Amino acid sequence: MLLEVEDLHVSVERKELLKGVDLKVDRGEVFAVMGHNASGKTTLALTLAGFPQYTVTRGKITFDGKDITNKTIDERARAGMALAFQSPPAIRGIRLGDIISLAGGVNPWTPRPGDDMDLPKKMLERVNLEHSLYTNRELNVGFSGGERKRSELAQIFAMRPRLMILDEPDSGVDIDSLKVVGNSLREYISSYDCTVIIITHHRHILQYLKPTRVHIMSNGRIMITGGYDELMPKIEAMGYEQLIKEAVANG
Amino acid sequence: MDDAWRERFRMRALQAVTKRAPYGNDIDLSEFIQTGRIATTIPEDVKRKSLEVGVDVGEVKSGTYFQLDHSVLLSRLASRIKGLELMPADLALGKYEWLRGYYWKALSVEQDKYTAMAELRQTKGYFIRSAANERIERPVQACLFIDTEGVLQAPHNIIIAEEGSELNIITGCTVGNRTKRAAHLGISEFYVKKNATVIFTMIHSWGEETYIRPRTAAIVEEGGTFISNYILIKPVRDIQSYPTAYLTGRKAKAKFNTIIYASKDSIIDLGNRIILMEEETSGESIFKVVATGTAKVYNRGQMIGQSKNTKGHLECRGLMLCPTASITAIPELIAEHSDTELSHEAAIGKLQEEQLNYLMSRGIQPDQAIGILVKGFLDPGLPGLPESLQADIRSRLSLLDRSGGGKKEPC
Repeated sequence: MLLEVEDLHVSVERKELLKGVDLKVDRGEVFAVMGHNASGKTTLALTLAGFPQYTVTRGKITFDGKDITNKTIDERARAGMALAFQSPPAIRGIRLGDIISLAGGVNPWTPRPGDDMDLPKKMLERVNLEHSLYTNRELNVGFSGGERKRSELAQIFAMRPRLMILDEPDSGVDIDSLKVVGNSLREYISSYDCTVIIITHHRHILQYLKPTRVHIMSNGRIMITGGYDELMPKIEAMGYEQLIKEAVANG
Repeated sequence: MDDAWRERFRMRALQAVTKRAPYGNDIDLSEFIQTGRIATTIPEDVKRKSLEVGVDVGEVKSGTYFQLDHSVLLSRLASRIKGLELMPADLALGKYEWLRGYYWKALSVEQDKYTAMAELRQTKGYFIRSAANERIERPVQACLFIDTEGVLQAPHNIIIAEEGSELNIITGCTVGNRTKRAAHLGISEFYVKKNATVIFTMIHSWGEETYIRPRTAAIVEEGGTFISNYILIKPVRDIQSYPTAYLTGRKAKAKFNTIIYASKDSIIDLGNRIILMEEETSGESIFKVVATGTAKVYNRGQMIGQSKNTKGHLECRGLMLCPTASITAIPELIAEHSDTELSHEAAIGKLQEEQLNYLMSRGIQPDQAIGILVKGFLDPGLPGLPESLQADIRSRLSLLDRSGGGKKEPC
């Protein structure tokens, strides 16, 4: 088991946003987390990544056999957990290429012998961003929706993570970027045998990733779990609300 | 050298030796000595230290001026450089009688006790001049180095960019490792002639017991551009400076970029004033400061619109890393004509947690993430600067990052 979440309760400013989430993710699995807005999907992602404003009031997160419930963001990242942000901040004065290097454990200002100085180039190429144009760009400054998502992937690919948490990697991107995001994710996952939790609203991105399981969240809980081929047509036909009502009615 | 002509300046200076400056603490200059280190070549330790302020005597630039305390150890142009003059100011004043007309013209000798003392205890300084229509691409570098305990260094620099010329100067000012207490009164007078451009980058790296009172002014003629970049990243006891750019010709421009990392118990009082005297002149001042420790920073700025279709903007961005530091922004806009457009913008705050979390989510440790954000905040991205100079400044900032200067200090 790579990740185990037990009875996770999370509050932000005393408001309970996750109300007991259980999750078990095996190595190599691709998990989709779906659900309407404010159902707790992003809260789950940011809690897993260790964001301090999300207070765990109950429950436990175990990653690779270790209890990481109280670990900091950077400790979790170095342990092999990488989060692609839904809306990453734009930061002036910091170059995308430098952050890709740092994510890959290379200090671009004081490289050591044997450091891969081509890491930014290789990672940007993976997401079809021309490195000569993007390495020196300020981090996410003036990036389009698609550019941001691709920049996120280039950064987390550099981390060589064992678990990728992708928070809506397909929102606000055009069809061309969606293709790039989908293909590059598929390639990466198959090359590195990476485990994935993907949060999304749409079927399109999932067609590239072929999730092993789909979870539907509502009101801070996982309400429905099922296979992709079984659940997806139902979601499309009935919508989340109806599906959840039916599931509740069926116990 | 017959310098009887200077007698009138000395007389005027004598009248002003007790005149306090309107800003900054009053410094008793009488306790600083005149005797400096004597050397004929640049000592190795001095060479190494000067690298910190962007001066590399081993590197090919258009020219290099090196002053150790009161001795000029190097004043040389690179080979095959045309249209550029570089020499100690006292030699230039002896050589060119006309130059006397530029001496204490942009600045007044009786401005305050510091200008007065700079005249009375003057110790060299450089003269740099680009000939008409010459574009001096590679920067000229100058180092004013203090290497004697308790010394007062008072160089008087005169810079002239003749009509249509372009001049790029990097000046580094620093103290030797053995020196703790010292004072520096640097006088700099700039003359930017019609359609000429001067880019002047000054990097200061002083000691924790050094008192600094530079006095600077620029006269910019029609179509001329004066860009001043000022960078201070190491702690200093007390610095106060308030340079003025006089835009005396149509379409003249001035821009001040100031980058400060204020740490320990430094007292930093810096401002700049741009006077938009003629039609269609424009000015901009951008001040970026990071304050930590118990540093006290004042950013003053004055934009004075005196003529038609003039435009000026002041900007102060402050980043507070420590609750015991302080930043005070005092922008002043003075409109003396109805057709002037003046604005200011000031924002002071702490590091954004969202940005810190973002960097940490890439596996970067908190201390390093703070260092990166601070460096990014200060990163000049200085408009109007050639890429080579930009890269040079960036490398200075990352050098500081490595040595701990860009990292968060314990509060």
